Amino acid sequence: MGLCMTAAIRLKLENIVKEYPGCRANDGIDLTVEAGEIHALLGENGAGKSTLMKVIYGVVQPDEGRVVWNGHAVQVDNPAQARRMGIGMVFQHFSLFETLTVAENIALSLPPDEARNRSQLNQRINEVSERYGMELDPRRYISTLSVGERQRVEIVRCLIQETTLLILDEPTSVLTPQEVTSLFATLRTLSKEGCSILFISHKLEEVRSLCHTATVLRQGRVSGDCQPAEISASEIARLMVGDDTPISTRVTAAEPGEPLMEVSGLGWKSKDPFGTSLRNVNLDLHKGEIVGIAGVAGNGQDELLKALSGEIRADAGTICLSGQNIETLFPDQRRKLGVAIVPEERLGRGAVPDMSLADNALLTASGQGLVERGLIRSGRVREFSREVIRRFGVRCTGENSTAGSLSGGNLQKYIIGREALQNPRLLVASHPTWGVDVGSAVAIHESLVKLRDEGAAILLISEDLDELYQLCNRLGALCDGRLSPLAPTSELHIEQLGQWMAGEFESTEVAHAVA
Amino acid sequence: MELLTNVLAATVVAGTPLLLVALGELICERSGVLNLGQEGMMLMGAVAGFAAALSSGSLLVGVVAAVMAGIAMSLLFAFMAVTLAANQYAAGLALTIFGTGLSAFLGAGFVGSSIDGFSRVAIPLLSDIPVLGRVFFNQDALVYTSFIAFAVVALFLRNSRGGLLLRAIGEDPEAANANGLKVLLVRYLAVAFGGGMAGLAGAYLSLAYTPLWTENMTAGRGWIALALVVFATWRPERLILGAYLFGAASILHLVLQGLGWKSSTELLAMLPYVVTILMLVLLSWNPVRTRLNTPLSLGQPYRPGS
Repeated sequence: MGLCMTAAIRLKLENIVKEYPGCRANDGIDLTVEAGEIHALLGENGAGKSTLMKVIYGVVQPDEGRVVWNGHAVQVDNPAQARRMGIGMVFQHFSLFETLTVAENIALSLPPDEARNRSQLNQRINEVSERYGMELDPRRYISTLSVGERQRVEIVRCLIQETTLLILDEPTSVLTPQEVTSLFATLRTLSKEGCSILFISHKLEEVRSLCHTATVLRQGRVSGDCQPAEISASEIARLMVGDDTPISTRVTAAEPGEPLMEVSGLGWKSKDPFGTSLRNVNLDLHKGEIVGIAGVAGNGQDELLKALSGEIRADAGTICLSGQNIETLFPDQRRKLGVAIVPEERLGRGAVPDMSLADNALLTASGQGLVERGLIRSGRVREFSREVIRRFGVRCTGENSTAGSLSGGNLQKYIIGREALQNPRLLVASHPTWGVDVGSAVAIHESLVKLRDEGAAILLISEDLDELYQLCNRLGALCDGRLSPLAPTSELHIEQLGQWMAGEFESTEVAHAVA
Repeated sequence: MELLTNVLAATVVAGTPLLLVALGELICERSGVLNLGQEGMMLMGAVAGFAAALSSGSLLVGVVAAVMAGIAMSLLFAFMAVTLAANQYAAGLALTIFGTGLSAFLGAGFVGSSIDGFSRVAIPLLSDIPVLGRVFFNQDALVYTSFIAFAVVALFLRNSRGGLLLRAIGEDPEAANANGLKVLLVRYLAVAFGGGMAGLAGAYLSLAYTPLWTENMTAGRGWIALALVVFATWRPERLILGAYLFGAASILHLVLQGLGWKSSTELLAMLPYVVTILMLVLLSWNPVRTRLNTPLSLGQPYRPGS
């Protein structure tokens, strides 16, 4: 009986401590995963989830504590050893080689004698992928696969190595709703066969529908264990963020005004053979509304943002702002007309990491009287910067701190604030709350809504469907550089949006036309 | 016909040092390491090979010494560029400057000496094939070595697990590390192979092509090889074409001068460089093929776990 009990517990972590200079990432964490259990690991960015995974997968060594695997205390020296033990991991950023085929990628992580016979390997890949409902062609190059298909390669690669604990880091953040459904079916099959799954996520509804148990981390410690199906999402959210942070934004209904921007027939051909080209994008925006663009990363979001900001010059089509075609204008000229841009990368494109917040303000706000006759008015620059910090609740030591020293959430608040204070007529924001803590995300959402109510038009490009549904009054999706029709959020079912994200929308347009 | 056969045979001879050094650099770059020290390693190979052959009386000892010298130089580079993750461009340039100076210093006493270099060995039967037999199979042992090296490199890249490892690491060392591949070891081996081949190319110059030692006798072939690898889009079959094209163009300018072509010798001497690069630029038009063969991490230092 005793033997039976220990065998049922696949992984047990006891008092794991991992310290980095200036930060105790894991501060005495206990975690138990049973055989065949789907166990959620929840927490905000910086709560210590990734560090804990790295400890389990052997990427880093804990400073204190014990890892018990199938009843034996072990030291996991490196990922190769973890894999031999039966631990497989799918990182958020896939570790696949784009210029190799599916089979070659899988062969690389197998022992040489198993990988030698290529046709046998192909057969095994086909067997595993069919058994778990993950269709894959072993001969295709990774570069030709969609993100969802790439994730299948990663999972199949783990399964071929007879994994008994599969760690998935934010696996659904890159998938369409339909792909999520099929992934969950696969995971449930695996769990029935006895494979344990550690599911890292911050999407609470998904966790509630999939996972048997959940461990919630906050600031490096376990803040609670729960059965997610039995408590509400807001109770779990409380465990994640603590008592004093607001966890959601109340969004009032938008009152769209007159049309502001009209994009028609926008096309742009990518020079990179694996890049995404924009194809016949049509889009209209009214004053005082937020329009959302959903889509899986890499389907033209970045290209669309660049075409609107003027960083790339479209090959076809027009972008009209209040009836004036701004397609031929340079980014700074567009900015003068009231176009503000918040790009996806905060560090490097939104802000210069090594420059102070004040100097970063100057980058886009120089038109606000901060420069006169070619000379920088540094007093006004500091004043402007302090104003942003004060009004948008940026936590920092002052306008002289470097952009790189701020947390993601605080820097994003600063960047949004910098744009908002310039009273833009149009704001294009890409993934504004990606990797941002809940508190900052709420603050950012509130700033966007406030800007909207002041009459600005906002185009919100995001992968976070909850965010899009919450903030936008019209939604569409990008797939392979084509934009779906835009539909009012209240009438757009998530299933429909999922189909649009997967590129199925010519037919719907026709259907509408017929009806 | 006689003239054509002679010109083609001379083409192969002139292309061989380039082929040897470029094959080594191709493997090195496929692992993601750009070694600009080719010129320095070749010169060290040339002087070491010549000195060893002269003092021992054996050409084989000379070749071994040249290869060892090339490897030693490349390990110096690997220590800086791979272990210490220093800037590869700077480390490579330093290696070339160092090798140029050191080879001149070590070789000062050998200037003016001469040895009997490698002589031609006709391969029975094969050398009787009209034209091609004389061109390819009536050459010296090092030329045959270059044929073998080409075949080995091409097969290695295409069909072996080692080649797969090399390509994977050159594309994305972080992902390779996450997959448990030994990035640093593979890069060391690739750099050392590049060094050995550069040493061999040096030996070809000082033991076969012109069996003597003069300062700076590589005359920029290391740099041409570097360009060749890029324009060949990291594919061995294009590399061999490019190397022989360069050989042909450099012979052509001698032939043209011999025939009393009235033109500036400086312009004619430019010919091989211009022809080779133009030809390879024309060949590398297909962006997808190019992208599939380009080592993405080329030139970027990699520190595991950072």
